[in-house]
Amino acid sequence: MLTLEHVSKTFNPGTVNEKKALDGLDLHLEKGEFVTIVGSNGAGKSTLFNAVAGSFYVDEGYISLGGRDITFLPEYKRSRSIGRLFQDPLRGTAPHMTIEENLALAYQRTAKGAAFSRISRKDKEFFREKLSLLGMGLEDRMRQPVGLLSGGQRQALTLLMATLEPPELLLLDEHTAALDPATAEKVLELTRAVIDENKITCLMVTHNMHQALELGNRTLMMADGSVVLDVAGEERAGMTVEDLLERFRAGAGRELDNDRILLSE
Amino acid sequence: MLFIVQTALELGVMYALVSMALYLSYRILDIADLTTDGTFVLGLAVSVSMAAAGHPILAFPAAMAAGAGAGFVTAFLQTRLGVPSILAGIITNTGLYTINLMAMGWSSNVSLLRQETVFTMFRTTGIGGSWYELVLAGAITVLAGVLLIWFLGTKTGLSIRATGDNRDMVKASSINPTFTITLGLCIANALTALSGAVVGQMQKTADINGGTGIVVIGLACLIIGETVVGRGAVWRGVLAVIVGSIIYRFIYAVVLRTGIVPIDCLKLVTAVIVALAIAMPSLKKYFAFQKRKMAASRRKGGQ
Repeated sequence: MLTLEHVSKTFNPGTVNEKKALDGLDLHLEKGEFVTIVGSNGAGKSTLFNAVAGSFYVDEGYISLGGRDITFLPEYKRSRSIGRLFQDPLRGTAPHMTIEENLALAYQRTAKGAAFSRISRKDKEFFREKLSLLGMGLEDRMRQPVGLLSGGQRQALTLLMATLEPPELLLLDEHTAALDPATAEKVLELTRAVIDENKITCLMVTHNMHQALELGNRTLMMADGSVVLDVAGEERAGMTVEDLLERFRAGAGRELDNDRILLSE
Repeated sequence: MLFIVQTALELGVMYALVSMALYLSYRILDIADLTTDGTFVLGLAVSVSMAAAGHPILAFPAAMAAGAGAGFVTAFLQTRLGVPSILAGIITNTGLYTINLMAMGWSSNVSLLRQETVFTMFRTTGIGGSWYELVLAGAITVLAGVLLIWFLGTKTGLSIRATGDNRDMVKASSINPTFTITLGLCIANALTALSGAVVGQMQKTADINGGTGIVVIGLACLIIGETVVGRGAVWRGVLAVIVGSIIYRFIYAVVLRTGIVPIDCLKLVTAVIVALAIAMPSLKKYFAFQKRKMAASRRKGGQ
């Protein structure tokens, strides 16, 4: 499904700020896998996502998705098969356009041609039906600008937009971290439902260790630009947060130096 | 008096196309496109030269194509070659001076004498009586406005709007921002050139300096219109530029007749209005902050 082979990326090479963000990273995902990723700040989690999504091209190695080499495919072309949510709920939607118009843009993502087609009645019915599944009453506000929605509502809408046409791969970059606990729970619930329903292959960064073990069916830990721990199946099912930290120490050769991870419930 | 009204309406609808172009580039795409001055003259030059050669109708698509070409150059400079967007406009604008001279047969001024223009052709139909110029110019502007509203509601139009609203989201929707910016600037400059084409044939003359400051005037009209009509949906924006442009030309005509402000100062007045209007959010913030500081110091002093 998704394969990264010996992928490296260095920022600011040759300067005092040189930073090897990805260091010969290898990763393979099977179709339908839901993988959670944890790691300290600067471990390379977001860089990994940027590399997969195509925000930059990697220095070395190669990336393939669904059997296609996408190493040098530009970001906007990759987004035909990759959906992505960021921590900042404002990044995924256009604030001055209506809910309906935002959904229409997402809906045409995979479609070819029809450059001059407008939002049809059928599209609107479809959007309304999908919006009602969010249970936020957005189906009655379709002609309102997205800028009027709360962060949680916007993130839920972004999730809907990313999965309106189920993508081959979904990247979730701490997408509930900026939301209040109740809204975060709700968005997480929606995420789980939409992934289960469409059998979407998913990578999710989280800073919550419980969440990392509870959600999905495989967990990765990253440190210094590579994967130091990769657990799945039986081994993962019996794991506690303490076990995970213990294994991290063994893998990375040091303590996990991130309060945010250690303190969060 | 009637003459003033007629002139203001005529100029208003013709120049509204420039504001419509700026609505697209400045408001929707969030790019200050300084190609506008040169593109307007390009429209004038192509239109008048073509009419002089006996093709007054063909002059319009030709002027628009020329304008779109200018927009393409600006877009190419900023999207492909990394030139900052404002500088890209200035560079194209500078180059256009020569192109415009060329389009006018290396002369700084071209006039139509007895040649047919779309206006003289339209007069023979008898529609609109003595207001025939306003009817024709108004029809062109309204048609352009309706087409723009329609276009911005299509999938391609939505992509252009999203590009100015949230660049991240556009890439995530598999839209190439290079393409949407290029298309947007081509359309905007085609509209500006169309404005020049209409003005040129109506006034039967093209002057190499005919576009000086038109970008600022266009922005003034946009801002005046938005103050009156409000902001929001696309149709509101298009309506705003037409209303704003007519109001501006009324003010211009009144100033011209009454001499409250010497006519030579009008560009300065326009510039000040635009600067103030665009600075308004910052000014409001500054005064609100000062008020808070004063209130805070009063409370402290009272203790």
